[in-house]
Amino acid sequence: MNSIIPYLIVGAIVFVLGIFTIVYKKNAVGILMGIELVLNSVNINFIAFAKFVDTGIHGQIISIFVIILAAAEAAIALAIILNIYRMKATVDVTQLNKMKH
Amino acid sequence: MITLALYIWLLPLLAFTIQIFLGKRLPRKGDWVSVSAIGISFALSLILFIRMLSNYSPDFQVTASVPWINIGQFKIDMGIYIDNFAIVMLMVVTTVSFLVHIYSIGYMAGDPLYNRFFAYLSLFSFSMLGLVLFDNLFGIFVMWELVGICSYLLIGYYFEKDSAANAGKKAFITNRIGDFGFLLGLLVVFTAIGSFNLSDVYQGVVQGKLSGGLLTAAGILLFCGAIGKSAQFPLHVWLPDAMEGPTPVSALIHAATMVAAGVYLVARISFMLSFDAMLVVAYIGGFTALFAATIAITQNDIKRVLAYSTISQLGYMIMAMGVGAYSAGFFHLVTHAMFKAGLFLGSGSVIHAMHHAMEKTHVHEDPNDIRLMGGFKNKMPATYITFLVFTLAISGIPFFSGFLSKDAILGGTLAFAMSQSNPVHYLLPFFGFTAAIITAFYMFRVVIKTFYGEPKRPDLYEHIHESPKVMTVPLMVLASLSIFIFYTLPSFNPISAEQGWYEQLIEKPASAVSAQLGYPVLEISEQIEHSAHVNGMMISILFALTGIALAFLFYFWKKVDVEALTEKIKPLYTLSYHKYFFDELYNATVVKGLLAWNNILAWFDFHVIDGIVNGSAFIMRHFSSFTGRFDLGFIDGLVNAVGDLTQDVGQSVRKIQTGQVQYYILGALAGLVLIIVTVLI
Repeated sequence: MNSIIPYLIVGAIVFVLGIFTIVYKKNAVGILMGIELVLNSVNINFIAFAKFVDTGIHGQIISIFVIILAAAEAAIALAIILNIYRMKATVDVTQLNKMKH
Repeated sequence: MITLALYIWLLPLLAFTIQIFLGKRLPRKGDWVSVSAIGISFALSLILFIRMLSNYSPDFQVTASVPWINIGQFKIDMGIYIDNFAIVMLMVVTTVSFLVHIYSIGYMAGDPLYNRFFAYLSLFSFSMLGLVLFDNLFGIFVMWELVGICSYLLIGYYFEKDSAANAGKKAFITNRIGDFGFLLGLLVVFTAIGSFNLSDVYQGVVQGKLSGGLLTAAGILLFCGAIGKSAQFPLHVWLPDAMEGPTPVSALIHAATMVAAGVYLVARISFMLSFDAMLVVAYIGGFTALFAATIAITQNDIKRVLAYSTISQLGYMIMAMGVGAYSAGFFHLVTHAMFKAGLFLGSGSVIHAMHHAMEKTHVHEDPNDIRLMGGFKNKMPATYITFLVFTLAISGIPFFSGFLSKDAILGGTLAFAMSQSNPVHYLLPFFGFTAAIITAFYMFRVVIKTFYGEPKRPDLYEHIHESPKVMTVPLMVLASLSIFIFYTLPSFNPISAEQGWYEQLIEKPASAVSAQLGYPVLEISEQIEHSAHVNGMMISILFALTGIALAFLFYFWKKVDVEALTEKIKPLYTLSYHKYFFDELYNATVVKGLLAWNNILAWFDFHVIDGIVNGSAFIMRHFSSFTGRFDLGFIDGLVNAVGDLTQDVGQSVRKIQTGQVQYYILGALAGLVLIIVTVLI
């Protein structure tokens, strides 16, 4: 396992799955999970490049930042979604169109 | 002296203002306001008059003026000019006006518009006094128009009667024709001399600024005003109709003062009359004197007889002006004002009595008709005696005022004819003397028919009563003023006023048209004048007596069958009875002609002017509708198209903006893929 390629492939697959989830899902929680997937695919890329391309430990540090931020983001987003659910009794994003009209 | 004159002038105006605004609410409807105003004016005039007599100077004169209009070169001063002439005229106007005011209290009693009547009388007195006092032609013209409007208002006083309203209009319009001439005359004078002031005009004529044909024209044009106001031929038609007004008005305005304003004007401008202009004046006056007298013979309305008599007497005065006997003409104005005002007031007294008798007996006939009268002398002694005095005065019988002035005029006319080489000018004394016989005749016809003989209508006669004191006292005052003595003092000569104050104080105005300027000049030698006056006096007494004798023969003793005589000279009678058909002639020519001309103008207006207007409107309308359509179709279409396009594009594009973030991400991804593919290939 000394090649970077398999890592990148895994990263790319996770990224595409994440994007697909974001675009396809109607459920706000699902979209949030898609975003987590995209962020994690990025983390895989960062760590892979940090290991095979000699740039020190910058990649790992950024990954840790991303994980922390993703956790915070998930917490905030889940709180928003909870509030939306309280108001509208749904988390379907296609129903959240009050500003359209 | 000027202040005094201003008071005399402005008091009646004050009375008018009070009357017209407050008259109805004042006790007695405010007649005392007007009466006391004119009474004070009368008293002040009397002071002026006594001062004049105590001065006893023919050259006395006072002037005062203030600038009125002052624009660059254009200047008009308004001022007052007082000389003996003006003082005598003031005296005449205020005396007659005062007496008429008093008389009206009785005559107009119970009239619904009582206060308005007195307001008009006051306005008239103000205007007439202003006319006398002004020192310039322009001011005289303004006042001239004011007396005209007062005359109009008072003739049409019984305006609910059609005939009165029409008479008012007729008087006003006929006067307007004369006034147009007056105005043109003013323009000529002002253009040539640059001033309206009488003394400036005098200087201007002396300096030759206004000369030759233009001077004659100016004189005749100014005289046109007098033709209208003094009802001279051919504008005499309004005065008889003016008798529709109340009788006191006829006495004041249409006998004594306003109609005499024309004579006054001619006397004031006499200095600028050239010989030719004087001939025009003399012939118009002379002809009118005879012409109106012949109409007066056949009239049956007592006031109409007096009206024609007034025209005739005014003709005398104008003729006197024309032959250069200014002071004689003015003298006649003064004496005539007294006895003719008296005659009118006397006739008013008779009409008043007739009117009441008719009301009592419920007869509806003309109270003015002398055919319904007769024998009134027993019922109305005061009216009868005063009327007789006035009649003797107008007929020119010695011991009465009319004789003095009429004799002076006839003498002057005769002297004029004798001094001219052309025998045609003997026509003027002929006019005068013939009119004198006729005057005596028709006046005594009225007296006999009214006061003598048997009553024609016993039913009315029973109810005839003498008028109240307030009406008879003015008659008595006027009757006493018709006695010779007031005019001959300090001498007591009943047949000549030569030594009297009047002849001494009123000088013949100096003429500006002198021989040095190369004009033909009227010169009458002392000798001719003397012989003319002696002969004239003889003839005029003889003629007056003849006229009176004829009247008695015809109507009192009935020696001559009037009916048969009328039949014999039927055409002449008809001519006179219908006033020579002048009303009909004017109706057929002037009125019809004007109407026809107006119809042509109306047609022109309707078809040509309106056609042009309508045509241009038609074109404009169509052009507008075209541009309107262009606007709606093209310009608006363009604007709308831009709007529509934007809207359509927006409409279709807005569908992309769903608000669904997922679509945007999809779009971004698609774009990214597109970029990558493009870059890689």
